[in-house]
Amino acid sequence: MMSDWWTYRPEDFLLFSPRTYWRTFELHNEALWPLHILTVAAGLAMVLLILRQPQQGRWIGVLLASLWVFVAWSFLWNRYAAINWLIVYLAPAFALQAFGILVTAFPPGGLTIQRRGVAGWIGLLLAVAGLMFYPLLPFLTGRPWTSAEVFGIAPDPTAIVTLGLLLAAHGRARPFLLVIPLFWCLFSGLTLWTMDDRWFWLPILAAVAVFVALGLRRLTRRPAS
Amino acid sequence: MTMSRRTFVQAAAAGAAAASILPPAAFGQSAAPLTRPIPSSGERIPAVGLGSWITFNVGNDPVRRDECADVIDAFFQAGGRMIDSSPMYGSSQPVIGYGLEKLGGQGKVFSADKVWTSSASDGLKQIERSRGYWGVERFDLVQVHNLVSWEAHLQTLFEMKASGQVRYVGITTSHGRRHDLFERIMRAHPLDFVQFTYNVVDREAENRLLPLAAERGIAVIVNRPFRRGALTQRLEREPLPAWAQVIGAGSWAQLVLKFILSHPAVTVAIPATTRVDHVRENVAAASGVFPDAKMRERMASYVHDL
Ligand SMILES: NC(=O)c1ccc[n+]([C@@H]2O[C@H](COP(=O)([O-])OP(=O)(O)OC[C@H]3O[C@@H](n4cnc5c(N)ncnc54)[C@H](OP(=O)(O)O)[C@@H]3O)[C@@H](O)[C@H]2O)c1
Repeated sequence: MMSDWWTYRPEDFLLFSPRTYWRTFELHNEALWPLHILTVAAGLAMVLLILRQPQQGRWIGVLLASLWVFVAWSFLWNRYAAINWLIVYLAPAFALQAFGILVTAFPPGGLTIQRRGVAGWIGLLLAVAGLMFYPLLPFLTGRPWTSAEVFGIAPDPTAIVTLGLLLAAHGRARPFLLVIPLFWCLFSGLTLWTMDDRWFWLPILAAVAVFVALGLRRLTRRPAS
Repeated sequence: MTMSRRTFVQAAAAGAAAASILPPAAFGQSAAPLTRPIPSSGERIPAVGLGSWITFNVGNDPVRRDECADVIDAFFQAGGRMIDSSPMYGSSQPVIGYGLEKLGGQGKVFSADKVWTSSASDGLKQIERSRGYWGVERFDLVQVHNLVSWEAHLQTLFEMKASGQVRYVGITTSHGRRHDLFERIMRAHPLDFVQFTYNVVDREAENRLLPLAAERGIAVIVNRPFRRGALTQRLEREPLPAWAQVIGAGSWAQLVLKFILSHPAVTVAIPATTRVDHVRENVAAASGVFPDAKMRERMASYVHDL
């Protein structure tokens, strides 16, 4: 954006205080409650069904894609962008992710999701962590519980659960679908870091878990090939 | 008013005596703040202004917007005038606009905004958009933020000044960034204002920028007086030295501001705050006595040794 961008440091781009950042979630939660119950229930249903038997990605794809669009519009565009102009450029990436998921999930055999293999298990664990653990974070960090980040409502758990489900998925387009949620996790971690948030490593850890899972999958596959 | 060493010692005794009868926090009840002339026009301006980076970027939250309006209200009531913002600061411009509208403050404010876009042709459009957010008829001052596309923007700004669309033109930088180029622009262009970082620990500007501003007759706005709050947070862990009373500083924040304002080349310091008590405390630092050169050195070495 600027010719002298290299003279900027990450904290120069931190435009808001932690108080304002978490307040954005509080206002968002207040406006959408009790939709949270539905989105988390939908997430849990996906994980449970995958645990029972392999799922064709279609209905999961439609659900995930709708939630990505919803988060992009309701949270990123209508709330977060007001305090962070970078988001104006990032919100379309969420819409693109939704489009990518749909396009991949629709053709027969596009995405099959199952718990098989080490990556599948790590993926489902990640998804459950995103669904169940993430909303509880305020209790650990001491901020108001009303600022909880919830799957399908806030971007971080939405990205993390998606990464988890994609780890358990098979299909040629899968690697491409990982890019945007991975980038988001890194971006969010960096934002929290510039805010001096002690938990900044959490979304980054989720991204690292994806790479570890993919690495392990390679390792465990090799002897068979 | 500056102090010699002897008056400093005399005032120390008087200050110590006065301290026992004055209420500890009389911020905001002091006389009108010190004003400094803008060299290019002679117009005088209160020496403590109000920054808006981070503190006023509260988005659409009505509760927080009202809190910001309260800060602006207290700032005006204490005698402050200059508010500084930028299109880079998220929702700060519309939040200032909200405050000014609510308080009817358009006539009181000295509006200092910036142009911050790499596209030369977008400059005018951006300034116009910013003006709309503030709700002012015209900006008092527009500065080229961090020298982004400075050549093109300066040209636009000088043209705007010539046609009366803006009153003053300036450039900004912060924390020691690009001082060489900054200096060259100060030498080559008829600037009214420059803005850079200066405080009791970041003193690089004393070497070249401050003397050059004085020599060229350019008003100086000091940003990051409290190192984004890190300096006041660090200092507040220490007891305020007894001699602070002598220079009329009732808090570490006032001590830091008095250090900045006592540099003869400084025109306005623009601390940002979310708090009404802090804004009063900050504006009140621009009144009473100020340290002289010797005292300034003592202040700097005291803070350095902490
Ligand atoms: N390149 C540029 O053009 C540029 C770069 C940097 C800054 N600026 C301008 O300069 C302004 C000031 O710089 P800044 O905002 O970076 O940092 P700053 O003014 O040095 O520090 C702001 C912090 O100081 C705290 N504070 C304010 N008054 C206080 C008091 N009396 N006692 C204790 N703490 C106090 C505030 O916390 P509370 O809210 O708790 O009071 C706030 O967190 C900016 O807002 C911006 O307008 C321009």
